[in-house]
Amino acid sequence: MHPTTITVKDAASGAAGLAPRTPAVRVVGAHKSFVRPEGVQTVLQDISIDVAPGEFICLLGASGCGKSTLLNLVAGLDEPTSGRIEVTGGRPALMFQEHALFPWLTAGKNIELVLRLRGVSRPERRARAEELLGLVRLQDAYGKRVHELSGGMRQRVALARALAQDSEVLLMDEPFAALDAITRDVLHEELTRIWQETGVSVLFVTHNVREAVRLAQRVVLLSCRPGRIAREWTIGMPQPRRIEDPTVAELSAEITDQLRKEIRRHGRH
Amino acid sequence: MGGTDIRTAKPAGADEELAGLEAGLDSLESVPVSRTPVGQVLRQKVAPPLLGAAFVLVAWQLVHAGGLVSEERLPGPRAVGDSFLTLWRQGTLFEIVWTSLERGLLGFLAALAIGTPLGLVVARVPFVRAALGPVLSGLQSLPSVAWVPAAIMWFGLTDAAMYTVILLGAVPSIAVGLVSGIDQVPPLYLRAGRTIGATGLRGARYIVLPAALPGYTAGLKQGWAFSWRSLMATELIASSPDLGVGLGRYLANSREAIDLPGVFFGILLILAVGVLIDLLVFSPLERRVLRSRGLR
Repeated sequence: MHPTTITVKDAASGAAGLAPRTPAVRVVGAHKSFVRPEGVQTVLQDISIDVAPGEFICLLGASGCGKSTLLNLVAGLDEPTSGRIEVTGGRPALMFQEHALFPWLTAGKNIELVLRLRGVSRPERRARAEELLGLVRLQDAYGKRVHELSGGMRQRVALARALAQDSEVLLMDEPFAALDAITRDVLHEELTRIWQETGVSVLFVTHNVREAVRLAQRVVLLSCRPGRIAREWTIGMPQPRRIEDPTVAELSAEITDQLRKEIRRHGRH
Repeated sequence: MGGTDIRTAKPAGADEELAGLEAGLDSLESVPVSRTPVGQVLRQKVAPPLLGAAFVLVAWQLVHAGGLVSEERLPGPRAVGDSFLTLWRQGTLFEIVWTSLERGLLGFLAALAIGTPLGLVVARVPFVRAALGPVLSGLQSLPSVAWVPAAIMWFGLTDAAMYTVILLGAVPSIAVGLVSGIDQVPPLYLRAGRTIGATGLRGARYIVLPAALPGYTAGLKQGWAFSWRSLMATELIASSPDLGVGLGRYLANSREAIDLPGVFFGILLILAVGVLIDLLVFSPLERRVLRSRGLR
């Protein structure tokens, strides 16, 4: 652990990680292997993570380390080969690298579809969709088609749509990887604000170390092939952080060293 | 969680600053979508086909007037216009067109009602796909006029025979169009659909069918063309007082009367109805589907 991160540790955010309540997500000894023509390939090995209610965790790892596989398991899109995954508060919401908004619907109707599938009444749907668009600061986008929105706006509508599920857990699979740096920076700030306002638990997958340090309360580094938890950092720095903060930079450097060490191990095989 | 505690630490005005930054980015990156002005539409979409038709008409008249082809082989536009006037004065023009159009549209609607569930099942059930997929593709390339003799032997010279041929021509097109529409749905939409709870029938209704709409409308368009062609072929062959006089029958009657201008007028009418239905129904439908997705 880097010393600076301890000195600036914030009591409120630190408490979330230690809360005695049931975790929002509990992964216990999860294994995942796929049968391939060249043999059985173990993608995830003995993964155990608890995400506390309201906690923000970043899963960090090089490409092909099973980060997305783990997220799919938590999302219920795939079953672990062995081990247990428990999620409180129903089906977790999931956000992808591509916005995955439905192009045949307007921004507002994309959100309303989620509400409709949850059985929300029509007048309530409209009001809630507008409220969620307001939350991502896109009040005027209700009637806009997906192709009329910029990349950043699409991801914000996608975030609003994910929040419409009213899940306690929000899973994010490199949601900002395809955006330009300026937009990404703004969306980091936006996501932090919305996370604080809603109290949702976030499990955020990324290969961008600075992004992880910028956003998370806890950074979990996955090693590769098989994916295992290599190390974990708790970051006490209060939000909102800036990606240019020296503390962010220092911790990023430390984590990057570790990440490179993990990657180098594969070169020796 | 301790969110609110942290928020108080935020400098005042930071929120407005972020909002302003975001508004700036949004307006910089948004692509303004504007409607094409009417003048441009007239110049680029309406004028060229009209000019094309006028060119054909003028060329026709010139060839005719120049005496390159004898009157018995190629009647002039005027003679064909006289066929139109004859029918108009008899008051049978609309009856002839409507007899065929009604059959064509009813047959198409029936094909729609059969082809859609069929396409859905073929696309979603692997066994059915393996069993029926090749049959449907094969039927698509079989000219439906080949069914006319069989249809007449099954049902006699009745409307049922006509509808049979229309269905055999149009159902495969509609079903195959839906199947390829469904096959082209990006897997991401299906995944996104599953995460928001759209599975099974709800997945079909809210995700798969709307996502497959571009391919489906293309199939409908082709289905209509096949319906219309099949019907004309059947009307040409099947002759019975019970069937009334449709466009195909008018064409056949003109041939039997050695009335070449009438034959030409019949061809023009069949063409006009096909083009008109496409212009009034299928092209707007297709344009709407594509435009709403930003594909055109």
